[in-house]
Amino acid sequence: MTEYKELKLIASSSPHIRSDEDTRSIMLDVIIALLPALLMSVYRFGNWNFRALTVTAFSAGCCVLWEWLYRKLMKKSNMIGDLSAVVTGMLLALVCPVTVPYWMIAVGSFFSIVVVKQLYGGIGCNFLNPALAGRAVLVAAYAGPMTRWLAPEASYPVLGSADLVTAATPLAILKEGGADAFAALTQTYTAGDLFLGRIGGSLGETSALMLLLGGAYLLVRKVISWHIPAAYIGTVALVSLLAAPAGVDPWQYVTYQLFAGGLLLGAIFMATDYATSPVTKPGQLVFGAGCGLLTCFIRHFGSYPEGVCYSILIMNCTTWLLDKYIRPVIYGAPKKEKKEAAAK
Amino acid sequence: MNVKKQFTDGLLTQNPVLVQLLGMCSTLAITTSVMNGLGMGVSVIIILTLSNIFISLLRKIIPNEVRIACYIIVIAGFVTCVQLLLKAFLPELDKSLGVFIPLIVVNCIILGRAESFASKNAVGASALDGIFQGLGYTAVLLVMCFFRELLGAGTLLGVRILPESYTNMGLMTLPVGGFLCLGALIAAMQWAMNRAAEKRAAAEKEAK
Repeated sequence: MTEYKELKLIASSSPHIRSDEDTRSIMLDVIIALLPALLMSVYRFGNWNFRALTVTAFSAGCCVLWEWLYRKLMKKSNMIGDLSAVVTGMLLALVCPVTVPYWMIAVGSFFSIVVVKQLYGGIGCNFLNPALAGRAVLVAAYAGPMTRWLAPEASYPVLGSADLVTAATPLAILKEGGADAFAALTQTYTAGDLFLGRIGGSLGETSALMLLLGGAYLLVRKVISWHIPAAYIGTVALVSLLAAPAGVDPWQYVTYQLFAGGLLLGAIFMATDYATSPVTKPGQLVFGAGCGLLTCFIRHFGSYPEGVCYSILIMNCTTWLLDKYIRPVIYGAPKKEKKEAAAK
Repeated sequence: MNVKKQFTDGLLTQNPVLVQLLGMCSTLAITTSVMNGLGMGVSVIIILTLSNIFISLLRKIIPNEVRIACYIIVIAGFVTCVQLLLKAFLPELDKSLGVFIPLIVVNCIILGRAESFASKNAVGASALDGIFQGLGYTAVLLVMCFFRELLGAGTLLGVRILPESYTNMGLMTLPVGGFLCLGALIAAMQWAMNRAAEKRAAAEKEAK
């Protein structure tokens, strides 16, 4: 006889599967994944007295401060413990040049956190990636300082004596168009330079190797899935292969297109933002492919050399649409509609 | 005739730009400097008041079927007057406002007030409505101009306000700055109105 009195029936609402994973642990993983790229930029821009590090720390600090301040003033719960503001701050710094003034970071982080994130309701409610939106505003507001790319090996101007050595980014060289521009690029930078980060560019985007390391870590920890980055990078590769200028080795061209600019940084860390990308896997594939197409279009036809930032922001705006029309099939649902359609 | 209600309606609760969302095009386009905003605002106040008066006077004569066309003719007459005056006495302002002065003819605020107020109310009320609605429009323009000129160029009315070391935020004088500014103002207005409504509801509850 079962003693029914002994059996406790616990009724609780779903979900019943518990996990230790929460926003904080996910954000911590993202921070860890960003560290290789950050360390590489500290090393590459080493003549700048760890400026890469201080800019990133300042940006993260600013974001946390804005978030805390806004929620305090609006009498909302304190959310800075979830570390999402830290991630936004790090990403914002990593898409800025090493020479970016600190006050500019403060303005950008205000826009990222207060306007893009908090005004729409805080974490999970923003429809644009905060870091990228902050960068887009900074580029629109202060085009000059935001596109002053230093050669990574340039020497630090001690007391302002030496001139800053600016270097064209690989994509700026490619912007000239045609096989000549590509030949000039291959002479300036080898594919290895791009892979290791010996190129001009924003803090985080230069080293493909370090970004791939971070991406691998995120994949292993299951923080991101492969769908968006693979669709994004794959689309850029495919389009570049087809669009390679005449007289250029198309595979070499693809290599340069993939490793130059912010593609890897954007595909791994920005496009995969949970709040601003579709929920379903097919939706994510479409999202990634859309990002890839827009990036290629801007690189080839636009007036900017690089289109990762804008392409992700544009696709962010389509996320609700992708979620609306690409829905998962309900498990166990009868295939009635299909049969009916076939019968007709 | 409730003057006080008309006043708060025009400036706050029925503000043509922030609440009725009328006249967006000129609001976004010309609010790059305080001078522009002032010129545009005053022009609209004059035109709106005069056209309201005349449409109210003619409201019993204008046939219902062709009323919009009649309103447009009245409005266009006053717009032409104002434009000629501007050209004669303030040619600089006329140049910087450009096409937006003639475009007042099709500005929704003026047509909207003619349709929804002047065609149904007496002359006095219509005149006041024109003045208050025009003031509401001008107030919003000036607030937007203030932020856009100050942040975008570091000046107010062409006079340098911020120190020379201030880096101009070029974004603010671009169209995107106008959209951001207007969005923020509309949001602030909604927030304030919701708060006022909540307070009123709470007060009513207490009174009961």
